[in-house]
Amino acid sequence: MAVYRRNYRPYTGALTPAWTRFLVLFRYSRRNLFRSKLLTGFFVLCFFWPLGCLAWIYVAHSVSFLAKFGLPPQVVSIDNKFFLLFMSVQGVLAFLLTAFAGPGLVSPDLANGALPLYFCRPFSRAEYVLGKSSVLAILLSQITWIPGLVLFAIQASFAGAAWTWDNLWIAGSLIVSSLIWIAILSLLAMALSAWVKWRVVAGALLLAVMFFGAGFGEAINGVLRIQGGHFFNLVYLVATVWTNLFLVDGDRGITAGQAWIAILVYCGVCLWLLIRKVRAYEVVR
Amino acid sequence: MSTLTQAGAPVSSEQGSPTGIPAVPLIDLQGLTVRFGHRDILSSLTASLRGRAIGLLGPNGAGKSTLINTLLGFHKPAAGSARVFGHEIGRDIKLIRGLVGYMPENDAFISKMNAVSFVQMMGELSGLPSSVALERAHEALFYVGLAEARYRKLGTYSLGMRQLAKLAQAIVHGPKLLILDEPTNGLDPSARQRMIRMIREIRDGQEMRIVLCSHLLRDVEDTCDEVLILKQGRIAHYSNLDEERRANKRFLELETYGANGDFTAAIEKLGCECAVAANRMKMVLADGIEARDIFKIAAEQQVRIRRMNFRRDTLEDIFLKAMES
Repeated sequence: MAVYRRNYRPYTGALTPAWTRFLVLFRYSRRNLFRSKLLTGFFVLCFFWPLGCLAWIYVAHSVSFLAKFGLPPQVVSIDNKFFLLFMSVQGVLAFLLTAFAGPGLVSPDLANGALPLYFCRPFSRAEYVLGKSSVLAILLSQITWIPGLVLFAIQASFAGAAWTWDNLWIAGSLIVSSLIWIAILSLLAMALSAWVKWRVVAGALLLAVMFFGAGFGEAINGVLRIQGGHFFNLVYLVATVWTNLFLVDGDRGITAGQAWIAILVYCGVCLWLLIRKVRAYEVVR
Repeated sequence: MSTLTQAGAPVSSEQGSPTGIPAVPLIDLQGLTVRFGHRDILSSLTASLRGRAIGLLGPNGAGKSTLINTLLGFHKPAAGSARVFGHEIGRDIKLIRGLVGYMPENDAFISKMNAVSFVQMMGELSGLPSSVALERAHEALFYVGLAEARYRKLGTYSLGMRQLAKLAQAIVHGPKLLILDEPTNGLDPSARQRMIRMIREIRDGQEMRIVLCSHLLRDVEDTCDEVLILKQGRIAHYSNLDEERRANKRFLELETYGANGDFTAAIEKLGCECAVAANRMKMVLADGIEARDIFKIAAEQQVRIRRMNFRRDTLEDIFLKAMES
């Protein structure tokens, strides 16, 4: 671009609609994220399991392939357990992706004092959180419910209308279970990075919340001989909700309703932390 | 009701009224009180500021930055109200923010971004379309003197360059009001001079009004035509520097030799007010009377003028008086 003007000139043109401004943040943050080759590589890696599942679905419907190995056609079934397994693996990958990408979204802004620059514009704190969390939400959607639905659609095309109609609820479970996980991971990653304002520490803290929480919960259960320790185990809570959503029987120490409430409390705490920390200036009273 | 442009900003002062005084005050404070916990940081501020460049002065902790932050909607008033360009901060804060460019006091940047992307993003967040924001980001960086370094990451910038980058992001969207919080903080003398020159250029360009917050009297004196001095969250003094400067030129102090009653009478005949103590005279010059007229009378009456001073109340004098009051 040829730049020749050195004088200041006011802007009198049209402005973009206010509701689209959070997408600016989404665009820039996503671009920054994918500058990392490591993240790009890991993101590609996240599609290997869906491809494996796709191959599995193909095999399940390929009578000639199964016949080659002398297997009956029903030996491989594609059902709710299959999709729960798919989600479980993708959930782990989603967590690792969040631990890698999430803390870098908010903590640099807080560490470098950039928030006043955002909020002195016609741009609210809610839009900021929405813009930043949408980066994670889209990223995690791309590896969870979107490939899940693709797999479901492929299975539906192989299995026919009757199977599709009987198992349509699995598609809903895929979406809801993914959204729960995405919401928890996004809020937790952003809240922790807003709290510690340090990318590396925030990433470590995210791992700690998951693993130490699980360990702490199990320790409480073991020592006190109760089931309440599960409330500290975020993975257990999510697993309880997922098994309930996919109608898979499991010996769970707490009910799905209790797990839902605990997850909502976790999300509420993360939101509260974000509201407290994502401000132009922190007031020391 | 004031005339508003499409963007919601009042017309410039020249258009606003035949006297050159804007119809709508730039900042209108009515009993503004801001409280953190149980402590009043700003107490019942009432003022109407209309200047092209307004200086906010005061010692550390006087409430200057809090006032700016309140005008930007970062803090909620506990009582009273504040208006910017006639818009109430509680109700129209998004509109106000659209009219304002803000350069904060502290370091504020995104270290892994280059200056062009940073300024472009800030422009887009203010509502500029992407291509326009990119064009204006280049222009703003050229304007502030970061043209050569505009593709460097902000994390590698020196303190002075970061200040300039902050200024670029503050003007990229073409605001009507530029709020500068300690813009010369940490700058070496030459960088400070450049910054002051740029602020003066912006002020004289008539496109933007300026609010400059500083504890450096020199910066405010060099750039502002109105000054609000805060002390412990209250208004200690308001001064129109333009009027002060004009008024200063009407006051003369003379030390004479050989003057008598005739000399004083001759001066008073010109319409000037005089006060005489021994061989010293203080006078207020009448309209149309210049110092050379006094010299003429002295020459006619063979009075020797040993010393002649315009009384000059510097901003420092004004500030110190305000602090003592």
